[in-house]
Amino acid sequence: MKLATSALAATAAFVVPTVAEAKQVTFETTLKAYGGNGAYAVIWVSDAAGKYKGTLWMAGDRAKYWRHLSDWQRASGGRATEVDGITGASIGSGKTLKITLDLADALIDAGYVVHVDTSVENGRDFPSEVVAPLSSDQNGKPVAGKGYVKSFKVSF
Amino acid sequence: MLRRLHSVLGLALGLVLVVTALTGVALSVVPIVDRFSSPTIDRGTSVAALAEAVAARHETLSTLKVRASGIVTAAYTDGEINGIERIDPATGAGLGPFEVSSTVRFITDLHRAFGLGSDGRMVAAVSAAAMLGLSLSGLVLLARRLGGARALLRPIRGTTAERLHGDLARLATLGLVLSSLTGLWMSASTFDLLPERAEAPTIAAADGAPLPLDRIEALARVDVADLRELTFADPAVPGDVFRLLTRSGEAVVDPTTGRTLAFAPATVVDRIDDLVRVLHTGRGVWALALLLGLAAATTPILAGSGLLMWRRRRAARATAFASVAVETADTVILVGSDGGSTRGFATTLAVALERHGHRVHLAEMNDLAEAHVRAERLLILAATWGDGSAPTSARHFLDRLAGLEGRAPVAVLGFGDRTFPDFCGYGRAVAEALDAEGFPRLLDFKRIDRRSAQEFAQWGHDLGAALGHDLVLEHVAERPATTALELVEREDYGAAVGAPVAILRFAAPLDRRTLRRGRLPAFEAGDLLGVVPPGEAMPRFYSLASSAADGVVEICVRLMPGGVCSTLLHALRPGDAVDAFVRTNPSFRPAEGASSLILIGAGAGIGPLAGFVRANGGARPVHLYWGGRSPASDFLYEHELARALAEQRLTSLTTAFSRDAAASAYVQDRIAADAHRLRDLVHAGAQILVCGSRDMAHAVTRTMETILHPLGTDVATLRAGGRYVEDVY
Repeated sequence: MKLATSALAATAAFVVPTVAEAKQVTFETTLKAYGGNGAYAVIWVSDAAGKYKGTLWMAGDRAKYWRHLSDWQRASGGRATEVDGITGASIGSGKTLKITLDLADALIDAGYVVHVDTSVENGRDFPSEVVAPLSSDQNGKPVAGKGYVKSFKVSF
Repeated sequence: MLRRLHSVLGLALGLVLVVTALTGVALSVVPIVDRFSSPTIDRGTSVAALAEAVAARHETLSTLKVRASGIVTAAYTDGEINGIERIDPATGAGLGPFEVSSTVRFITDLHRAFGLGSDGRMVAAVSAAAMLGLSLSGLVLLARRLGGARALLRPIRGTTAERLHGDLARLATLGLVLSSLTGLWMSASTFDLLPERAEAPTIAAADGAPLPLDRIEALARVDVADLRELTFADPAVPGDVFRLLTRSGEAVVDPTTGRTLAFAPATVVDRIDDLVRVLHTGRGVWALALLLGLAAATTPILAGSGLLMWRRRRAARATAFASVAVETADTVILVGSDGGSTRGFATTLAVALERHGHRVHLAEMNDLAEAHVRAERLLILAATWGDGSAPTSARHFLDRLAGLEGRAPVAVLGFGDRTFPDFCGYGRAVAEALDAEGFPRLLDFKRIDRRSAQEFAQWGHDLGAALGHDLVLEHVAERPATTALELVEREDYGAAVGAPVAILRFAAPLDRRTLRRGRLPAFEAGDLLGVVPPGEAMPRFYSLASSAADGVVEICVRLMPGGVCSTLLHALRPGDAVDAFVRTNPSFRPAEGASSLILIGAGAGIGPLAGFVRANGGARPVHLYWGGRSPASDFLYEHELARALAEQRLTSLTTAFSRDAAASAYVQDRIAADAHRLRDLVHAGAQILVCGSRDMAHAVTRTMETILHPLGTDVATLRAGGRYVEDVY
């Protein structure tokens, strides 16, 4: 299930019918300078109990490697339809991925959690290396990941 | 068509292929380095035991992996540190951090995506397909040229570029086909065109405490030698399981019971995929990597020589002639040409006929149509490809001939190489087919040996006679740039026996400013010196007796009565200059190696043979048979050959003198008398090189046939193998 739209897509369930009920939310993921090939990373949302709600962005366009994003894979089932229209290039070592989405107000401060799974060729897989609550008190505060993510920040 | 495909692929993607190949060469070193820098995996250690040994050194393990390179690694987390280390597959001891160097990563990225990301991967796929197309089309072209698939290993004759291209391609084709086929498979995998790999379904583990690693039975049963990857259950995730990937498939293992919960056997596609990756990368098979690397290393040279060949062909084709429409033409010229040289002759013919008021239509033999055979006359110039097959632009001629009704008088001129067994075989087939169809003959079928302008001019003379007017065909193939050569020395022989022969030595003229001599072009003994007499269009060719290393251009010239060029050369005094150029003659050259050489010549034909003797460092036996007129008057190179005998650069010298009152003989008589020795030499692999007049060459061929017969071979067979070569005039 897709939670949000980029500027292009506008179909999924959490996507807002009118602008009044939505917020522009920016997700900024900066990687460490680990010096390897570009990292695959998926940003996805679960509820407080860990139940999958939807995917926000898939960085890395070759579906055969998505199984290395194992928490997302397990939670979502890993189907290509989950990331249709919200897939981009992998993130280079030391680089930043910044995406801005229209997210329904109802998702904020409702106990939802953002996960980031990462994987690098000839490197390691880090499922849910970032787990950050979608809450107003975390707005704009960077969190460090366990693996390749130097900092992850949600602002709205 | 195939030739065009080959050229277009090579031209369009040559540069891309060179990048792919050179990065491939660089990557082929990696498996060799890996093989000698990491321990081999021996059977006898279970995955459970290895996992236990590694786990004892770390807080958490996430994966244990046997990489394609044969290197075993473990991914671990110790507090804040996430790392990957190389481990000893027998003991589990740490061998230091695992890293792929940034150089290898950079080259790999260039190799598979040209550093362009996803778009680059498409280019890589296209380049693999192009390499496959080039290898296969090249193989077919080479087989055609050499006279069939069974002749593929025969020596290749032609220019340096052609020989280099063919020789390297024969060595590298297998490796290049393997690399490109497996590369295509990997591209298909990249673009998700292959079925997905077998994957065991995720089943939650039973509740309870996990077993110690060495007590997990499903891991204890598997040898490290069969392991590909073990993903550990995450202790933080309840119900998480081990995933165990081996050659035979993927298993899901319960950490609390040690049992296999699910198993997905590897599919046929999975197994092919594994094999393809090994074949492409040579990972874990370093000798294969080395061979693939060497094959790939030929690509830049193949690209360069191919480009050179293409440019030469194009230059030959560029000489255009404004052909009139076939309906208004009285004379139709059809050309069957491959390299374009025959087309050059056809253009010369067309221009000369036009000058005499003919309306000429020039077309390819493949274009044959009713209008052509309804013209007043039809002239066909047909090259022969390899051992008698049709050249590219004539392949459909014989098929098209059958249905036509017109019967124009026709003359067929074949172009070929006399050293091939079926000299002008295709031209003859065309002439016979036209005879059989009842086409009247304008002229009998004639053959031109190795682009001889003289023979072509003679045919033009005959054609002119048939047309009732003079016809002068002065064909200058790719008119070469000449340089001035200054005569520095001459030796004269034979005047007393009525056959004046001069050995002439030239050097580049002195530069008045630097007082140094200029540079000579590159050449070897046996190559040809083309001399252009002032006011003449057509060069005359003389075999070179020296090589560039000797510092002089040496030729041996018999004064021909009425001969324009020999008269000019014989009149030269030291200090005089002529305009000349060098043409390579790769078909007349000693084969590489140490096998014996049998040199046979008469008169001025000794020139290149003396040059071969001079160039022999003494490493190979050389036997020279030579015929002159009188030992007192025309024993050319007498002193030099005596010295070569003393220095053992020449093994034996056998002479025959036709006007020797005591023992008159010709060179073929000496050969016949030496039949036993010559038979032994040929049997042991000797190469025969003959130089001299056509009459002498015929006499020698007849004698050699008798000598060769008991060996069960003949001159034609030796010719086909490049072991009987002639330079005949």
